[in-house]
Amino acid sequence: MHEIIALIFIIVGITFDLFGCIGLVRMPDIYNRLQASTKCVTLGTCGILFGVLIKFGFTAAGVKALICIVFLLLTSPVSAHALARATHRSGVKLWDKSVCDKYEDDKDALS
Amino acid sequence: MRFFRWLLGFIFLAGAIIFIFAYLKVDLQAKLMLYLLISFLLSLFRILKGPTPADRAIATDVLGILVIGFCAILAVYTGRDWYMDIAIAWGLQSFIGALALAKFIEGKSFDA
Repeated sequence: MHEIIALIFIIVGITFDLFGCIGLVRMPDIYNRLQASTKCVTLGTCGILFGVLIKFGFTAAGVKALICIVFLLLTSPVSAHALARATHRSGVKLWDKSVCDKYEDDKDALS
Repeated sequence: MRFFRWLLGFIFLAGAIIFIFAYLKVDLQAKLMLYLLISFLLSLFRILKGPTPADRAIATDVLGILVIGFCAILAVYTGRDWYMDIAIAWGLQSFIGALALAKFIEGKSFDA
């Protein structure tokens, strides 16, 4: 029973990983690629690690998986936000069908 | 031309998924690792082709997160728990690398 639930979590995680990487290739703009890939891949990898935690229980490998989940949930949005901010400040243009750009309007007030 | 490119990618993805699911005679966990290898290939395609350097930095960050999941599936598949040590160390190194690349792309020095 444990192994079936763990396998279901791992399959859901791998599906989210695959969808995130399809979005990384498919999307037309760098900001859309960041939006599609980073969230999906974070959720997918957290699903895989949660499946490992259910499979092993609270042994050494399971506790390491739990530590890895917490670390990933803390650091992945930070790195994605830093990359998006650096990309916008280095002057990469948006896609020509994008609607609004609030950060460009607020850039003078922020810096 | 645009439709042809879309069709080529769809044929590659659907062919790979159906081939792995239906025609390979291996375990289920080995099939799952092969599905993860497809997403590795897609991320490597974006690293090779990306028009701006920021695209390559983002794809490198995504690749670093994918390696953590791959190490976790290896820990399930082989039953050895030291693969999780590799996963934690790889996550630390990938986070520091992504922050350093972000500072480098932004154009400031590393001290600021």
